[in-house]
Amino acid sequence: MFPYLPHTDKEIKAMLSDIGVDSIDELFADIPAKIRFKGELNLPKGQSELEVYTRLKRLAENNRQGVSFLGAGNYDHIIPSTVGALMGRTEFYTSYTPYQPEISQGVLQAIFEFQTLMCELTSLQVSNASLYDGHTAASEACALAVNSTRKTDTILYSSTIHPYTKQVLETYFEDLNIKLVELPEKAGVLDTDSVKDQLGDNVAGLLVQSPNIYGNLEDYTGLSDLLHEHKSLLIVSSNPMALGAIKSQGEWGADIAIGDTQPFGLPAYYGGPSVGYIAATEKLLRKMPGRIVGQSVDEDGKRAFVLTMQAREQHIKRERATSNICSNQALAALGNTIYLATVGKEGLKELAEQNMQKAHYLAEKLKKEAGVEMAADQPFFNEFTLALPKKAADIAEAMEADGIFAGVALNQLDASKPENLLTVAVTEKRTVEEMDRYVQSMKGALK
Amino acid sequence: MSTQLKNKLIFERSREGRRGFRVPDIDVPARKPEEMVDKKYLRVHETALPEVSEVDVIRHYTRLSQKNYCVDLGFYPLGSCTMKYNPKINEVTAGLAGFAGLHPLQPQKTTQGILELMYDLTERLCEVTGMSWGTLQPFAGAHGEFTGMKFFKSYFKKQGDTGRTKVLVPDGAHGTNPASAHISGFEVVEVKSNEKGMVSVEDLKQHLDENLAGIMLTNPNTLGLYEEDIAEIAELVHDAGGLLYYDGANLNAIMGKSRPGDMGFDVVHLNLHKTFSTPHGGGGPGSGAVMVNKKLEPFLPAPTVRKKGSEYYLDHDIPDTMGRISGFYGNIAVLVRAYTYILTMGNDGLKRASELAVLNANYLKEKLKGRYFLPYDRVCKHEFVLSAQKMKDAYGVNGTDVAKALLEFGIHAPTVYFPLIVHEAMMFEPTETESRESLDNFIEVMHEIADLAEKDPDKLHEMPTSTPVRRVDQVQAAKHPVLRWQPE
Amino acid sequence: MASPEKLKFQKSHEWTRVEGSIAYVGISDHAQEELGDIVFVEIPEVDDEFDAGEEVTNIESVKAASPIYAPVSGKVVKVNQELEDAPELINQKPYEAFIFAIEMTDPSELDNLLSYEEYQKTIEEE
Repeated sequence: MFPYLPHTDKEIKAMLSDIGVDSIDELFADIPAKIRFKGELNLPKGQSELEVYTRLKRLAENNRQGVSFLGAGNYDHIIPSTVGALMGRTEFYTSYTPYQPEISQGVLQAIFEFQTLMCELTSLQVSNASLYDGHTAASEACALAVNSTRKTDTILYSSTIHPYTKQVLETYFEDLNIKLVELPEKAGVLDTDSVKDQLGDNVAGLLVQSPNIYGNLEDYTGLSDLLHEHKSLLIVSSNPMALGAIKSQGEWGADIAIGDTQPFGLPAYYGGPSVGYIAATEKLLRKMPGRIVGQSVDEDGKRAFVLTMQAREQHIKRERATSNICSNQALAALGNTIYLATVGKEGLKELAEQNMQKAHYLAEKLKKEAGVEMAADQPFFNEFTLALPKKAADIAEAMEADGIFAGVALNQLDASKPENLLTVAVTEKRTVEEMDRYVQSMKGALK
Repeated sequence: MSTQLKNKLIFERSREGRRGFRVPDIDVPARKPEEMVDKKYLRVHETALPEVSEVDVIRHYTRLSQKNYCVDLGFYPLGSCTMKYNPKINEVTAGLAGFAGLHPLQPQKTTQGILELMYDLTERLCEVTGMSWGTLQPFAGAHGEFTGMKFFKSYFKKQGDTGRTKVLVPDGAHGTNPASAHISGFEVVEVKSNEKGMVSVEDLKQHLDENLAGIMLTNPNTLGLYEEDIAEIAELVHDAGGLLYYDGANLNAIMGKSRPGDMGFDVVHLNLHKTFSTPHGGGGPGSGAVMVNKKLEPFLPAPTVRKKGSEYYLDHDIPDTMGRISGFYGNIAVLVRAYTYILTMGNDGLKRASELAVLNANYLKEKLKGRYFLPYDRVCKHEFVLSAQKMKDAYGVNGTDVAKALLEFGIHAPTVYFPLIVHEAMMFEPTETESRESLDNFIEVMHEIADLAEKDPDKLHEMPTSTPVRRVDQVQAAKHPVLRWQPE
Repeated sequence: MASPEKLKFQKSHEWTRVEGSIAYVGISDHAQEELGDIVFVEIPEVDDEFDAGEEVTNIESVKAASPIYAPVSGKVVKVNQELEDAPELINQKPYEAFIFAIEMTDPSELDNLLSYEEYQKTIEEE
C-alpha cells in the first residue's frame, strides 16, 4: 500500500481497457527483452511513516553539535521564526519554476524583491534570481567577465580567496583555454602591488574576496581604476552579512559582486542548500547568467512580474549558451528575502555590528589571556585567524572535548597552508559566557 | 482590502523606524565599527532595506503565496518536469535539528549520521540506475550534466586521448544538454531523429570517428518514447571509443523496469527533485546527483563519501579526480527528502510508481488524441507530446492559447514549444500521483478547450481572466528591463 | 523602403551595403520576421577589429538570440546608437536600420557574399 498512489485495482483495469491493452506489462513491451530489468531492485520493501521517521531520527541523532566557532563560508546565525513559517507554505515550496506568470506572481515578486535587496547590499545596479552557492557564483562571475571583454583569456585571482573557490574555478576553466593566475598575498591580504605586473589586454578580470579566507578585510582603493584602464573587470566576493557594516562591492568600484547568502536565514545544513548571489553593473546586464525577473504589465495594465531576457538562457541558446544554469535556488532565496525583510535596515546594521564586536572581544581576550597571536595584524569582521604554537587541528580536537568547535584549521581546506592557522568565526549568537569558556578551553589545549 | 495594499512590494510597505526583529542585547563592549576598523573599510551608503514589523512580513508573504499555483493545489501536467506530489514526511525528516544544524567542516566523527545517509542514498541510487558509485554534490540537473561532461573530459585525458572533442546530442534533447557540453569545452554535433521520433542510427553512424567523445541521451526521450535501438547505439558509440551519458530527467518512467547501466550508459544524472519527490521550491534548490560505472569511478569529484569498517568518511584522496564542483557536499536537505522517499516507497513502490506514471500517460494520450494531433502515435512512457499546429492553422489557436486556457480552468499548463522537433508542441506528464478523477477532469477541460477553439477562438485568446494577473507583456519586460524596485 | 536587390547577403541573414570602403551591416526582412519583436541590440564598440565570419554582436527577441557575423574583415567605424533605445527600428525598417559599419581591409571579400536572388534561394531551402 502506497499513500501517494491513488489507483484502485478496479480503476487500473478500467484504464487499461480504455487504452486497449490487457496489462501494465504491455505498456512496457517496447523495452527490448535484452535490456529489460527482470529481477527486483535490491532495496528493502516500502515502509510506513513511523518506521521511516524512526530510521531518520536515529540518523539525525547520530550527529553531534557543539558551540560553534566554525565559519569559512558557512555560519551559525540567528534565524527568525518568520523564515521557517513562510518558507514552509506549500504554495511556495511545491510550485515549479514560474514559467506561467499568471499563476506564479508569488514566487516572481519574491525574486524581484530578492534582486532589489542584493542590489541594495552590493551597491550595484542589477542582480539575477540567484545561483547555486558562493563558490559556483565565482565561476559564473569569471565566465561573465570573459564573455563581456573581447579577446581575453586570463582570470587573475587573489591567493586570499576561499581555497574551495579556487578549486571550483580550476574545474570549471581547465578545459576552456582560460588561464587562471594566482596573485600573492602579503600579511594576510592581497598584495595589491602585484596586480599591475599581471595586467594586460588578455586579462578579463580580477577576483578578490573581503572578508577573505583569513577573515581579514582588504583595501581595494584605486584597484578598479587600475583594472578599468586595461578594460579588465573587478569581481569582489563578500560575506553579505558583513555588508551591513563594511564597504560594499559597488562602493569599491567593482563591476561584479558575488558571495553566498547562507548567513541570511538559512540553516548550516552541512553546507547546503545555500544561495550564490551575483550583482553587476548595468553594462553587464545582457550577459548575466541565470534567471532574471522583470517588472511589466498584464493585459489590464496591472503591474506584473515575469521571467525576462530569456534569450540569454540555455534553452534558447543551446550550444551557444555561455552558462548552462536553468534554475535558481528559489526557495532558499525566498528564505533570504524573508530574513532581510524581517531584520530590516536597522536590524542588519545592528547584527553586523554585533558580529564585529563579539569577534573583536574574543580575539582580544585570546591575545591577552591565552597569549595567542593573530596570523596577521589586519582589520577583520566576524572571523579572524590565529597563528598557534601547535597544530591547529590538534587544538581544535582538544577543545572539542569541551563541547566547542573551535574553528577551521586552514590546512584542511588547502594543504599548502601552514598547519598552525586556525580561523575562528564569532556570530551574534555566541554569548560572552561561551566566549569566555572558549578562552579557558584554548588555554587548556595549549598547555 | 484595497487592491493597492494587496499588490505592494515589501519596500512599499516600509515605514521609517519600524522594526520586525529584536536582536539580543549586546553582552560585550558595544564599540562603534570605526573604533574597531579603519573607516576606509566601512560602508558609506545606507541600504534601502525595508522597515516593517513581523506582522507586515507575515501578511505580505502569505498574500504572495496565495498568488501562486502549486502541486498541493492541483494537477501539474508539465512535461519533462515530473511534478509529482511532495510527501509531507519528507519535510518532517528534513526539518530534524540533528541534520539542519550541522556545519560542513565539523569533525567527521560528529557527523556519522548524515554521512551514513549520504552513503546509503548513493548505494540505493546506484541500484536503481545499475551503476557503481556516484556523487551527490551537483546542485541541479544542469550541474549534474556539467559534472557528467567533466567525467568525459577526465576519462579521455587519463587515456591521453585529447582529440576526442565532439559530443553528440539528439535534435530533441533538452536545451541544457548542448549548453552543458559546450561550457565543458566540447563541440556539440546534433544527431537527427528518425520518422519514429527516435535517434536515427543511420545518422548516428555518420558521426562515429576518432573525434567522438560520446553522446548525451535521455531514455525515454523527450517525446516520451523508449529508444528501442538503445543497445545498438551503446555498442556503436563504445566501439567508436566514445562514452554514453544518460540524462535522468525521464527516469520516472522506468524504475525497476529498465536501468541505464544495463542499457550501456557510463554516466547518469538524476533529478532528485523529479523522480524522488523532493519539492521544486519555485525553481530550486534541487539535486542533480550523478552515478557512474566502474570505468569512470576514478574521476569522481572530491570529496566522495566512503565507508571503512563501520565508519563513514569523506574521501578527499581521489588521485584522478575531476576536481571540486561545488563549495561543500551538495544540497543536503534535498538528499534527506529523497532518501526518505526511497525508504517509504521501497523497491516495490518505486516500480509501482513508474508503472502508474506510464499508465496515466497512456490513458491521457488515448483520451486526447482524437481532439489534438498526436504526431507519434505509439505506446508512450511517462509523457507524450501533442501538437497544436492543426488547431493553429484551422482556428488560429496555438499552444500558448491552450496553455493559458488551462490556467483559467485551474490546471497548470503543459510544457509548450518543446521538444523543438514538433511544431506547436505541448508536452504532458501526468505522473503517478494523479487519480483517475483528476485525469478525467483534465480530459474534460481539454475537450472543452478544443470545442472553444472551434466555436469561439477569441475567448481563448483572452484567457486567462480570473488569475491574479492576466497575460504579461514580455516584450516590454525585455525591452525596457525593470529588474529592481527603486527608492523614490 | 531601401531596395534589398542592391544589397549583399550572408547565409546567416545579414545584409551588407557598400559605400566606398565602408560596409554597413543589418539583418534581412526575413530574419526580423523570424525573430519577432526585437527587444535588444547589443551595440558593438567602435574601433574593435573583426575577421570576416567572426561574431560581432547579438540581437535578441523575446524568444531568440541571434549572433551577427562580420561580412568582411575590418574595423568597426560606426554604430547605430539609435537602436539602443529603439530596437524595434529593425522590425520596422530592416533594410534601413544598419547595426554597425566596418571599414574594409579587403574589399575582395565582398565577392564571397550572396546576391539578393541567391539569398532568397537559401531561404526557400531552409
